[in-house]
Amino acid sequence: MTATLLATDTPIAQSIFFYLLAAVIVAAAVAVVTTKNVVRAALYLISVFAGVVGVYLLLAAEFVAVTQILVYIGAIMVLMLFGIMLTRARIGRDSELTNDNWWVGLATAVLLVVVMGYALVDAFGDDRLPRDTQIISVEGSNTKTLSDAIFSQYLIPFEVVSVLLTAALVGAIVLARKDRG
Amino acid sequence: MLAAAQTTANDGLMLNQFLLLGAVLFCIGVYGVLARRNAVMVLMSIELILNAVNINLLAFGALSGDIAGAVFALFVIAVAAAEVGVGLAIVLIIYRNRHSVDLNDVDAMKG
Repeated sequence: MTATLLATDTPIAQSIFFYLLAAVIVAAAVAVVTTKNVVRAALYLISVFAGVVGVYLLLAAEFVAVTQILVYIGAIMVLMLFGIMLTRARIGRDSELTNDNWWVGLATAVLLVVVMGYALVDAFGDDRLPRDTQIISVEGSNTKTLSDAIFSQYLIPFEVVSVLLTAALVGAIVLARKDRG
Repeated sequence: MLAAAQTTANDGLMLNQFLLLGAVLFCIGVYGVLARRNAVMVLMSIELILNAVNINLLAFGALSGDIAGAVFALFVIAVAAAEVGVGLAIVLIIYRNRHSVDLNDVDAMKG
């Protein structure tokens, strides 16, 4: 089965938007793993997260998109920058960021992308998403459906995640405090 | 027959657009984890991998019309936040003890 990435009746505006976002995401992600400057890698990572927000919006997951902005771009990137500053990485170029045998990682990644790409094209070929992804909500927005699902069907996993977050918070404080005996 | 009926009902974007983007992002993250020496850079590459997973979850959620994809994407985001907090604390301890975040220096368990 051959996959055509642009069928005749495909939504043109969404496709253009998607391929722009995909180009930004892939270019910024490659920059994250290849740049010689740690702070610049963190800033490229923000571009990746922002592009992924756009992809979430294309999939009509507006609440997940907003959460991504708050948690990833807001909280996680600040933590990362704190980590960079506290470990006193050199702000300028640093030639020792990459392993000597980086080509093993490159070979693994290329092999993985070929295998996964072949499997995906073979399995899902020409499958299309519903044109109106909002169809998954019976009434109102996806956010309403999402909150209903979290606080009824997925209540126990939600509580487990809050316990995990509390444990991680306590663990991070215990690990990082200076006067632990 | 059933597949044909489904294809006519679904005429939006290709599913594989999203899945292939997720696969490429995942593999870039795998390269970063394997090739980087700086522990903070490895944590950043793990974030790339988790974002790729989220794209896949939401794409399949949109395909099957099930909100579970978005629910689990939110859980992945929460777990990623916990992982970064503990991970950076560990990196800070390594830095405090060894004055370096080079993962090649952390070889006390090497035989």
